[in-house]
Formats: sequence, structure tokens, C-alpha cells
Amino acid sequence: MEIVNHILFYASWALLAAGGLLCVIGAFGLVRFPETYTRMHAAGVIDTGGALLILAGLMLQSGLTLETVKLALIMFFLLFTSPTAGYALARGTWSAGHRPITHTRSDARTDGHSDSAGMTDDG
Amino acid sequence: MLRSFSMFMFLLAVWLLLSGHYDMLIVGFGLLSCLGVVLIARRMDIVDREGHPIHLTWRAPLYWLWLGWEIAKSNWAVIKVILGPRNRLQPQVIRATASQETDVGLVTFANSITLTPGTVSVLVNRDWIDVHALTQETADGLMIGDMNQRVCQMEGTGAKRKGD
Repeated sequence: MEIVNHILFYASWALLAAGGLLCVIGAFGLVRFPETYTRMHAAGVIDTGGALLILAGLMLQSGLTLETVKLALIMFFLLFTSPTAGYALARGTWSAGHRPITHTRSDARTDGHSDSAGMTDDG
Repeated sequence: MLRSFSMFMFLLAVWLLLSGHYDMLIVGFGLLSCLGVVLIARRMDIVDREGHPIHLTWRAPLYWLWLGWEIAKSNWAVIKVILGPRNRLQPQVIRATASQETDVGLVTFANSITLTPGTVSVLVNRDWIDVHALTQETADGLMIGDMNQRVCQMEGTGAKRKGD
């Protein structure tokens, strides 16, 4: 029993650390990506991977109690609300007239785009 | 009526799990408030296939398991793009076919697209969803239409591909 508790303890900290790492990576992407639409993908890493791993780690910490049920409910609601908020953001950005920069295939990048990434803004 | 009863039981289960106080008075309040919510929901006429989709009770968790694995894979793909060289970014807007017949199905499909990092639903329509994809890889993954068909199976209408 003692050994199981130890394994659960370390597993939960591994999940918490992994979740924290994903949040940091997501935040890094949020700063690094060029505009709203691409940044939303980085934010997606935070509110799926990051949040789910942290919640899973916390569930292992609290064990078979009502707290775990509450954490599971938080996870459940998060999986419904975060894409809805994301859609509101994307749709709002689109309605405001901002169009995403789009990638032109690298094999077609000889048409004199000065932009090094070969991106055009058709908005 | 069956649907209202099922809704009452669901609400009561959630109430009992969230409360943690199990003496007569408090549980009595819980019963009353669940009953009140069901009555109000009936009056608002939202106790239907959309407001309380009990027909999805068994199929939805199976779909979520599959979606969980997809989320894990696409998280990894986006992490590689974030940490990789800048030219790995190939943002594009693609139009994914949506063959769902119910609103619940369509919303599930749009939300699933957004939940998998690397693809975000931008404009949702009856027959298609405009999706912003981060890379060619994530765009191709969606265009295969696997997720579309799985959502159709989950909503119980089967995959009827429009426009094929």
C-alpha cells in the first residue's frame, strides 16, 4: 500500500510538471507566433494539454474523494467552454475584418514576395 | 416525461456529488432545487433532444476517448511547431465538409476542431466549416474527414457525405 501511494504521488507530480511545461511552451508560442489566428493554436495547447494534465495531476493528489469528482467536472466543463470561447474570438476577429496571413507553398515562392516567410495578407 | 425524469436524476447526481453534506434538511433543499430547475426547464421548453441529449449518453464517451487521443497527438504536433524553426509555420484557411444533421452534431464537430490544437473553427455553416490550420500537416489531417464521420456516427445519423 505504501509503495502504491509513493507511485501515485510521483505520478501526480510528473503530470503536474508536464502540464506546467505545456503551459510555458504554449505561452512561448503565444508570443512567438505572428497574429491572432496562429496564436490561438498556441493558446489551444495551454487549455487542452496544459489544463488537462494539471487537472489529472490534481486528481491523483486528491485520490478517491469528492474533490476528484469536482476536478473531473471542471475538466468536463472546460472542454465545452474553451472551444466556445475560442470560436467567439476567431469569429469576432474575422468579423472585425482581420484576415489570417496565409502561407504560399514554398515551391511557389518565386513570385517576388519580399516577406521572408512568403506570407500574404489579403485582408 | 421520461426525459424530464432523466434530467432530474442527472441534476440530483451532480448536486449530491458537489454538495458533500448529507443530512435530511440539506438533501431536501437539493431535491427541491433540482425539481425547480426541471420545472423551469420544462416551462422554457428546452427539455428536448438538444437540451438534454440522453440518446448520446453511451456514444459520446466513446467519441471523447478517440478525441482525447487526437488532442494528445495534435498537442505534440503544435509543440513541435512552437519550438521548431519559423518556416515550419504554414497557416492556411481550409473548408471542411460538415455532414452532421443535428445542431448538437455540428457544434460537437466545430468544438472538436478547435479543441485539437493546430486547427481552429473560424466560420461555422450548415454544410461546411472554415478552419484555420497552423500547418499543412494539421490541415491534411482534417481534410481526410475522419473526425467528420465519427461525429456523424456519434449523433447517430451515419456519415452521409454531401458533395461527394
